[in-house]
Amino acid sequence: MSPTLALATAARVLRQLRHDHRTMALLIVAPCVLMGLLAWIYQNTPVFDRIGAPLLGMFPFLVMFLVTSIATLRERQSGTLERLLAMPLGKADLLAGYALAFGLVATVQAIIVGSFAIFVLGLDVAGQAWLLLVVAVVDCLLGTALGLFLSAFAATEFQAVQFLPAFVLPQFLLCGLLVPRESLPDVLRYASDVLPLSYAVDAMRTITVDADGTAEVLGDVGVVLAFVVALIALGAATLRRRTP
Amino acid sequence: MMKAGSDGDPAIRVAGLRVVRGKRTVIDGLTLDIPAGQVVGLLGPSGCGKTTLMRCVVGVQKVAAGTVEVFGLAAGTAPLRHRIGYLTQDPSVYSDLTIVENLRYFASVVGVPRSGLDAEIARVLELVDLGDHADSTVANLSGGQTSRVSLGAALVGTPELLVLDEPTVGLDPVLRRDLWAIFRRLAEAGATLLISSHVMDEAVRCDRLLLMRAGTILADDTLDGVLAATGAPDVEQAFLTLVDRASGRVSAGDEGAPSRGAQSGGVPSGGAHARHLAASPGATSSEEDQ
Repeated sequence: MSPTLALATAARVLRQLRHDHRTMALLIVAPCVLMGLLAWIYQNTPVFDRIGAPLLGMFPFLVMFLVTSIATLRERQSGTLERLLAMPLGKADLLAGYALAFGLVATVQAIIVGSFAIFVLGLDVAGQAWLLLVVAVVDCLLGTALGLFLSAFAATEFQAVQFLPAFVLPQFLLCGLLVPRESLPDVLRYASDVLPLSYAVDAMRTITVDADGTAEVLGDVGVVLAFVVALIALGAATLRRRTP
Repeated sequence: MMKAGSDGDPAIRVAGLRVVRGKRTVIDGLTLDIPAGQVVGLLGPSGCGKTTLMRCVVGVQKVAAGTVEVFGLAAGTAPLRHRIGYLTQDPSVYSDLTIVENLRYFASVVGVPRSGLDAEIARVLELVDLGDHADSTVANLSGGQTSRVSLGAALVGTPELLVLDEPTVGLDPVLRRDLWAIFRRLAEAGATLLISSHVMDEAVRCDRLLLMRAGTILADDTLDGVLAATGAPDVEQAFLTLVDRASGRVSAGDEGAPSRGAQSGGVPSGGAHARHLAASPGATSSEEDQ
């Protein structure tokens, strides 16, 4: 892998985003509005404090999954991917470039949305607030990695968008946000044990309720990062220079 | 700067190439050499396998059998990727970036050092005559301008081999002439150019012709050689003659007749400035009639 090429790719992806003001605005404003809505719905109840932080990790995951799937598919359909693969660009350079660019965007998103939730909406966080940021960025990388990997199997935009209900919503249902994972039927609990989003939500939950849970949080972050690495490796394996 | 092997070594060597796309065998047992330092025209109707052959040369096509070598190395291997410029048939650039941003990225990828980026971008912009639009977003350009951005992206870094898939299609005649002048200059500087077209009148611009149909090479010769061998007045007629010969459906009396009849307007599609074989009624009817 070449750091120069990965950075050049990340810079190019960021330039594309910079030209797209509406997407940039939506990336920041939409999560803030949703958090505000949530706080409003659950005013005078402890629910917002319970699910606010996990959702803070969910936004970058969902958004980056979608953005990455579409971006990769566009790269494939516009022929730029074919051009790049004929050029001296490593597959890892391309994937790392995307991950870097979206990771940076997610950091900005997490700082703004997190600050809004804590300082404006009054989200209670028992643990270290900076950990929220770490988990949010790792969640973003998870979304990016899953999107990079799955987009290899999408032939059209319609299919790519359908991967959200197919591969993301089941994780959402089983991650412990609706029903605590301990209370799930056995089979579903085992399933939730092997899904990366469960660990992301566990980490966020621990930060909000446990002041001394840093080690536990970092353990969960490690699991999510392992998923990220595995998915990127799979993505590199499914990205073929030679196509039929 | 550009060294394409010692004299006589072909730039591209294809042997026993077979390519299957989907359920269709697009190329079956193709063998040919492409000399270095020349402008080689790959001409044939759309769907005949030109793009597939070019993808093989560049190394992005899955190959069922046979070998493709470029500069003595297996096509698609890492050391070759710095040396080949590839223009895909449809413009392949980022429509949401400006021209300069596109060129900057592709130049970085081929390894133009950071200090030389600006000069390289300026050089390519001038080559493809887009200096006035440098900071326009590609989405706001015309189709012809977008094609030229895509061509520019293939020219960055001064590759030794340029594989250009229909670079002049849809461009205005003045621009086409200018582009062919650029291709000529690049070849004079030592580059090898493999240029596909389905417009037969571009043959006169090439040093050598490969006439292709249905995955096979009908002729591999200079323009004069092709015309002499077929007795045809132009490439299109030569192509038809070769198709008829290959299918064995031509009688001795018919062969060569067009060359004598052509001047008096005996060729059905004669006279058109740019004739597209795929759309030419002559190409299909001559097959069925005989």
